[in-house]
Amino acid sequence: MKIDWAALGSVFGVSLVVTVALVGLFTLGINGLSRRERAAAQGQSAALAVTGAYVCFAACAAAVGYGIYLIMA
Amino acid sequence: MESFSLILAIVVVTALAFDFTNGFHDTANAMATTISTGALKPKVAVAMSAVLNLVGAFLSVEVANTISKGLVDESGIRPEVIFAALVGAILWNLLTWLVGLPSSSSHALMGGLIGAAVASAGLGAVHGDVLVTKVLLPAIAAPLVAGLAAMFATRLTYRLGRKADGKASEKGYRAGQIASAGLVSLAHGTNDAQKTMGIITLALVAGGSLAPDSDPPLWVILSAGIAIAMGTYLGGWRIIRTMGKGLTDLQPQQGFAAQTSAATVILASSHLGFSLSTTHSVSGSVMGAGLGRKGGVVRWSTATRMFVAWGLTLPAAALVAALAEWVCGFGDWGTALVAVFLVASSAAIWKISRREVVDHTNVNDHDGGPDEEPSGVVTQAMAAVTPPPAGTVTDDLSATIPAPVPTDPAAPSAPPAATTV
Repeated sequence: MKIDWAALGSVFGVSLVVTVALVGLFTLGINGLSRRERAAAQGQSAALAVTGAYVCFAACAAAVGYGIYLIMA
Repeated sequence: MESFSLILAIVVVTALAFDFTNGFHDTANAMATTISTGALKPKVAVAMSAVLNLVGAFLSVEVANTISKGLVDESGIRPEVIFAALVGAILWNLLTWLVGLPSSSSHALMGGLIGAAVASAGLGAVHGDVLVTKVLLPAIAAPLVAGLAAMFATRLTYRLGRKADGKASEKGYRAGQIASAGLVSLAHGTNDAQKTMGIITLALVAGGSLAPDSDPPLWVILSAGIAIAMGTYLGGWRIIRTMGKGLTDLQPQQGFAAQTSAATVILASSHLGFSLSTTHSVSGSVMGAGLGRKGGVVRWSTATRMFVAWGLTLPAAALVAALAEWVCGFGDWGTALVAVFLVASSAAIWKISRREVVDHTNVNDHDGGPDEEPSGVVTQAMAAVTPPPAGTVTDDLSATIPAPVPTDPAAPSAPPAATTV
């Protein structure tokens, strides 16, 4: 019996890292947007936070796109 | 010749029926978290999942016949064997749906194939080591991998997102959940619809109406995609309820973390060559998300029933399939008898399910424990396991986690020491 430990290990590692990274990025993006909400309530702007938020979301969107690419491949 | 094409037609119809049960059995995988956190309305969620499943069925032409390849000897496989396998898989899918437990449709199908192959060709037809590497190990690994990833992701999103509140974060988590749930649906369409295509193609080849090594014909792709989409749209509400509400109480952040973890694990595993079951990954990630939130609770009684169902999936489907194959062996009337039995028992299960209807209107009514679940045949089995109150779960956890640590590395001499401490 041959168990492909290497494949299992890489699934484990990749899943862990990618999930945590994606969720982290997304949360940062949400943070940025909610900072804008607060800033807007006080009549200020939060350009940096919003830019950062969109960068985070773009990275997440890219990951989803790569996921779709993997499904099709 | 005439009877030959009749059995083929029966196999094709049964395969599509299996595809249909597969669809509604696995709607929960993609949509349970989105429905229970309220990110999407139940009907909208299943409709979206159905469309994505259909799209997924057409995305890839690479036939996923990992199920039939390797596990059993394909040479000498007859349409009757496939029919018997499908009977076992369908009945197990319906039974687990009735009790509202998520279980792997692929395992049911594999179990059916194994049982039917053993009954028709003896034990030698099954490769035992493939059984371990393709079935047992993934069943343990999938929930662990997905659960750990979801747990860390949940912790992270709660820590990072402490200051995030208001409309922006609400909308954000909603969008995130919908995106990752969509990805899971799409992946499910490609994987599971293709399994059925593979089975039908296998039957057509076995029946001699298709040349070996040919791609599935268009009508096979089309009908398999439609069957799985219809099943998905019907919605396995009982399983959705267990997955979204029964295992743990999910907040949007957790739902997002769980679904992202599940999508990642499914894609990573199928791409890196260590295929993990969608059902097992999603269940694991939901539990992981439950553990990741401070004060989060996993209902271990429900989880235990689910694990038991996972363990039983393969042998139970195999047993039914073996019996079906045995009866089919008596000739045409045997096959007819099995077909009648399949239809009758499916109708009976549906009838029992009508005693306590779970549909899109009450899918989220599950705030307490399993004691609020539908009464009927199921309740007797469940009455034995009462849900643990919120407080005891943490005790439960701290009691079970250290236990394996001392026993594992030190071999047989250690256990007595561990128990006295």
